[in-house]
Amino acid sequence: MSVIGMVGIRTEGDSFTPPGPGNFDLPGFFEVAGQPVTKPMVQLVIAAVLVFWLFHAAIKRRELVPGRFQFAAEGAYGMVRNSVARDIIGSHDFMKYVPYLVTLFFFIIVNNFFGSFPGIQFPSFSRASMAYALAGLSWVIYNAAGIRRHGFAGYLKLQCVPAGVTPFMYPLLVPLEFFSNILVRPVTLALRLFANMLAGHLLVILFATGGLYMLQEGSLLVKPVGLLAWLLFIAISFLELLVQFLQAYVFTLLNAMYISGAIADEH
Amino acid sequence: MDGSLNMVGYGLAAIGPGVGIGLIFAAYISGVARQPEAQSRLQSIAILGFALAEALAIIGIALAFVL
Repeated sequence: MSVIGMVGIRTEGDSFTPPGPGNFDLPGFFEVAGQPVTKPMVQLVIAAVLVFWLFHAAIKRRELVPGRFQFAAEGAYGMVRNSVARDIIGSHDFMKYVPYLVTLFFFIIVNNFFGSFPGIQFPSFSRASMAYALAGLSWVIYNAAGIRRHGFAGYLKLQCVPAGVTPFMYPLLVPLEFFSNILVRPVTLALRLFANMLAGHLLVILFATGGLYMLQEGSLLVKPVGLLAWLLFIAISFLELLVQFLQAYVFTLLNAMYISGAIADEH
Repeated sequence: MDGSLNMVGYGLAAIGPGVGIGLIFAAYISGVARQPEAQSRLQSIAILGFALAEALAIIGIALAFVL
């Protein structure tokens, strides 16, 4: 039995079946009320517990002069608080949203790093439904923040009526602004995270299994290409680490921007 | 080895966002080179522009799988 069969990639005879989105449909571990519990679901719970436990442990014995662990946790928290929340939402009312943004960032980054973590190697957000749930929560929060600040009508006016435009253009621009600011935002937010995780992981699978197939089944001239594919596989894994961090950062940054746009005062 | 024409189309469609993201970061780099103290302000604008340009590529890959 080949190693390819062991990692769960379908091979039919001698031909190589490239990995596709179907590789991300994992069977459930067990069922709860007729609903299968799959690997990404378990990972979400692990990530939530891990983030909570890390920060809880870091501040349990907090001291005026921080130890190594406390220093790392404070630095990580300070990065999101200062360079994301304060710079974008503004120093007046950013503290209210810091808990959400910090939690969001670390929850996403842990879930993304699961994609490269040995033994797990499955990014939770390569399932679209997970990303949609997260973006839905963000949608509720930034709209609620705006409605609380401006009232329902005032908030709709802020989001849909662009300032400094002649009223002649309103019939064209108001529906467009509503469409882009209220309806499409959560979809692109979710799809960006999902598609990056899916495409990146697919690329890694492709290089790993394709290189292995060429090394095992290829003729003497093809084998070096398999070796090259594996070198690229290592390089792309490092690129994936960068993308995983960047997507968590972008998701949090865009959330902060949407919140700041929703609570902004009219000019 | 079989494939679908969708993926070729997606490859072509990804040229646009690729050029766009390149232009955004080129402007960001030259901005930081001219005025290093503006980096923190430029960074969030650059990332926002990058995210918006990337959204087109993402819509493309979603459609390539769906259509």
